[in-house]
Amino acid sequence: MAGTPQDRQTDAPYPHPAVGVVTDDDRHVVGPGHDFTSISEKIAKVPLYRGILPAWLVGFVVAFAITMMLLFALTWLVIKGTGIWGVNIPVGWGFAIINFVWWIGIGHAGTLISAILLLFRQRWRMSISRFAEAMTIFAVMCAGIFPLMHTGRPWLAYWMLPYPNSMSLWPQFRSPLIWDVFAVSTYATVSILFWYVGLIPDLATMRDKAKNIWTKRAYGVVALGWRGSAMHWHRYETASLLLAGLATPLVLSVHTVVSFDFAVSLIPGWHATIFPPYFVAGAIYSGFAMVLTLAIPIRWYYGMEDFITMRHIQNMAKIMLATGLIVFYGYACEAFIAWYSASQWEGFLIANRTTGPYWYMYWTLILCNGLVPQLLWFKRVRTNIPLLFAIAIIVNIGMWLERYVIVVTSLARDFLPSSWGMYAGTMWDWMTYVGTLGLFVWLMFLFLRLLPMISMFEMRTIIPQSRVRDEHTGH
Amino acid sequence: MTTHAGAVPPALHGLMAEFDEVTALVAAARRAREAGYTRLDAFSPFPVEELNEALRLPRTKLPWIVFFGGLSGTIAGYGLQYWASVIHYPLNIGGRPLHSMPSFIVPAYETTILFAAFAAVIGMIMLNGLPRPHHPVFNVPQFEAASSDRFFLLIEARDPKFDLTATRRFLEDLAPLGVSDVAE
Repeated sequence: MAGTPQDRQTDAPYPHPAVGVVTDDDRHVVGPGHDFTSISEKIAKVPLYRGILPAWLVGFVVAFAITMMLLFALTWLVIKGTGIWGVNIPVGWGFAIINFVWWIGIGHAGTLISAILLLFRQRWRMSISRFAEAMTIFAVMCAGIFPLMHTGRPWLAYWMLPYPNSMSLWPQFRSPLIWDVFAVSTYATVSILFWYVGLIPDLATMRDKAKNIWTKRAYGVVALGWRGSAMHWHRYETASLLLAGLATPLVLSVHTVVSFDFAVSLIPGWHATIFPPYFVAGAIYSGFAMVLTLAIPIRWYYGMEDFITMRHIQNMAKIMLATGLIVFYGYACEAFIAWYSASQWEGFLIANRTTGPYWYMYWTLILCNGLVPQLLWFKRVRTNIPLLFAIAIIVNIGMWLERYVIVVTSLARDFLPSSWGMYAGTMWDWMTYVGTLGLFVWLMFLFLRLLPMISMFEMRTIIPQSRVRDEHTGH
Repeated sequence: MTTHAGAVPPALHGLMAEFDEVTALVAAARRAREAGYTRLDAFSPFPVEELNEALRLPRTKLPWIVFFGGLSGTIAGYGLQYWASVIHYPLNIGGRPLHSMPSFIVPAYETTILFAAFAAVIGMIMLNGLPRPHHPVFNVPQFEAASSDRFFLLIEARDPKFDLTATRRFLEDLAPLGVSDVAE
């Protein structure tokens, strides 16, 4: 979020270039020839001056239609009950939990980029943090729909919150499902706060650049009267750094708690200590796949190649490769522990996953998540945009299959063959899932139209003109 | 601004110099401070750490606010669970102790972060005196550029050393793009 001055100082051998000269060091994170004016103009003009673009309109309408399908599916669910979904005994957790975990995981990359990379002073984070954080918020919104509707009576969902009530009852604080309520609601709230704080100076730019009086007032209200005072910036930078420090342990805790939903139970395949780190790595893996899925078309359509450069694309591909390897290690570890523990249930679980009725899911998952991403070792692949886009989509699919395999195979065949059963999503499951994809894309379209997609004030801090030169300050 | 005899001069908030470079702003802020001005403010379109030292800004107390916000989150989160499970409605769940500390840590961890984050955001906004959509600096038309590519130094009229003529001359000596009156 914040372009801390330390970010600038980390480039120790910086040769104090003449104003306007972009050095090789910077060419990677921002295109040559940019100054304060061009950065603001280029980013602010998308929502302010360019109006409604044809391709934007088509995408917006299609995504809106899919969102309406989601509303239809959810309305029918409320009328008929969760029986219209494929869930039943023994597979009581189906698409709802698969999609919940998938969406929450996708959100993690946004927080990683905006918080963890800020703490590590990674300057390349700046141009992608804004829309990655937007992605986080929208993904968490999509995720929240699933457990909410899975309760069957979403209008009573507030029972999960600790509030004084006439029956004097409290939530079960020993249950991971209640931990999830705390973790996910905190995550959603802190993500929105972090995103909004990052937006304030840019909203002031939008206010000052808007020509239409109502546009000016709308941005003016949300900009809170930001005026860029030195003391304000000082507090702002402190707040950003502290929020990054808070969001980092938070994001690690969220998927850890999500994994506790599984790991604290006794079901074979779920009851594993590797789950928290393996889930967090998987979350970041799928999140970066989604950031790439979004960044590639956005930078192309809006001509943002100057700001989202090949260095950004390559770095994201490398993080995907690294987290993908951790996830792959997780799969290997599950298989190893199944053998090493000598537990017949764990052994059966692996046999069932690899050769049982869902074998094709498991092997497709290994192909998507384990094998295909190995192509990212090659620079030629990382710099081939269409191929990289395809790999990102494949990883998204692979991570969805991973959750499918975890949720369904363990429940479908547990300890007693007499209680086995098969699961498949119904038409309503698919409509709800595809509907949330529509909602997510629709919200992204709204975001691109209404807000600056790249943090303007942070981009200003990475061009050479932002450095205070010594000859003037020495006295 | 020249006011001819008889006209009521508009109340003046201060004088503002405009620069197109961050180095010039930092140098100007330092010189104004060295010249004895104390009611100063600098405006930039991105954070400039050098201004903290040039203007001799105090360190913000925000970290303490966030610390106590987080602490109150821990106490509130853990306290709620303890009170609900041990005092208000003790319920035997599978023989687990009423005070199930390992379980209670998880929600308390989340409330700690939640309260601390609220403290950071609300604290930053309140300490900055925001929201304040109307501030005298916005009366200067050029100030619209302060959020994109211009840098401003303001010397307030309530500065004990402020003198309309002398202060204007001082600011003009700093080689700015221009010096503007800031109406109250």
